[in-house]
Amino acid sequence: MRVELLFWAGCPSHEKALAELREILAEEGVDPRAVVVREIETEGDAASERFIGSPTIRFDGAEVQPQPNEPAGLTCRVYRRRDGRFSPTPDPEDVRDALRDARAQAHAAPPTGHSPLAAAAAAAAMAAEEERR
Amino acid sequence: MTAVGERAPAFTLPDTSGEPHALDGSPVTVVVFTCNHCPYALAWHERLIDVARDFAPRGARMLAINPNDAERYPRDSPEQMRARVQQGEFDGVPYLRDETQEVARAYDAKTTPDVFVVDADGAVRYRGAPDADYDDPAQNAAWLRTALDAVLSGGSPEPAETQPVGCSIKWKP
Repeated sequence: MRVELLFWAGCPSHEKALAELREILAEEGVDPRAVVVREIETEGDAASERFIGSPTIRFDGAEVQPQPNEPAGLTCRVYRRRDGRFSPTPDPEDVRDALRDARAQAHAAPPTGHSPLAAAAAAAAMAAEEERR
Repeated sequence: MTAVGERAPAFTLPDTSGEPHALDGSPVTVVVFTCNHCPYALAWHERLIDVARDFAPRGARMLAINPNDAERYPRDSPEQMRARVQQGEFDGVPYLRDETQEVARAYDAKTTPDVFVVDADGAVRYRGAPDADYDDPAQNAAWLRTALDAVLSGGSPEPAETQPVGCSIKWKP
């Protein structure tokens, strides 16, 4: 799974978000060192990355609290906690749910490679997952 | 740059209805630089409005100032400011537009929010964050409340200065 945290240095929230993300990954059995941290430095980068604010967390490309109507740009991202409060960082439970959704999607998706080896590896992984359940 | 103990820069700025507002020698005035698009400003907003409501009977006044470049940050446009006021989010606190950003520069405002407490003589008595944690409503703007209590009772705020925390002011190019 690809775990990304995109940030803009003009917003001070990314360190807290990264710490919380790593804690959740560890709790969920994912290596916390797996996070790819990327700085967005220009408006052009923000546009090409569809970066709507800092921090943005993605699991296999899927965002925590997606906000598809927000314009891309260098700004702080506004999140809502589950109790309705505004926050510069996402609710940890939303991060956890997004991670679990992404893992479920990854397990449900058909193998992407066409080689017999890739297909066999994917089938074996799915069988192992079934076994664990 | 405006430091604690120095005279607060005078200003006159329009609210969302075009009415001008200025420092007027009230027993104490809270000047808070804030905005619409910043999660820190939004997280602290209700706590700040509660302070205005709680201290108004003692003669305190709050002026909220949005200095951000609305061209690059359209959520901070006068129209979006007016919409929030009309939705009742400011509960009577004037929401002022610092279009030229001169007032924010005069105060050396750093972030949204950035809070200044000005006494009746026009001196800055507190500057910084409302409290120690935007993420903890129980903090209840404690630093700001302590500063107001001190000024209104003739004492000195402690702390008199804290680090402002929030989004950087969005200066025009």
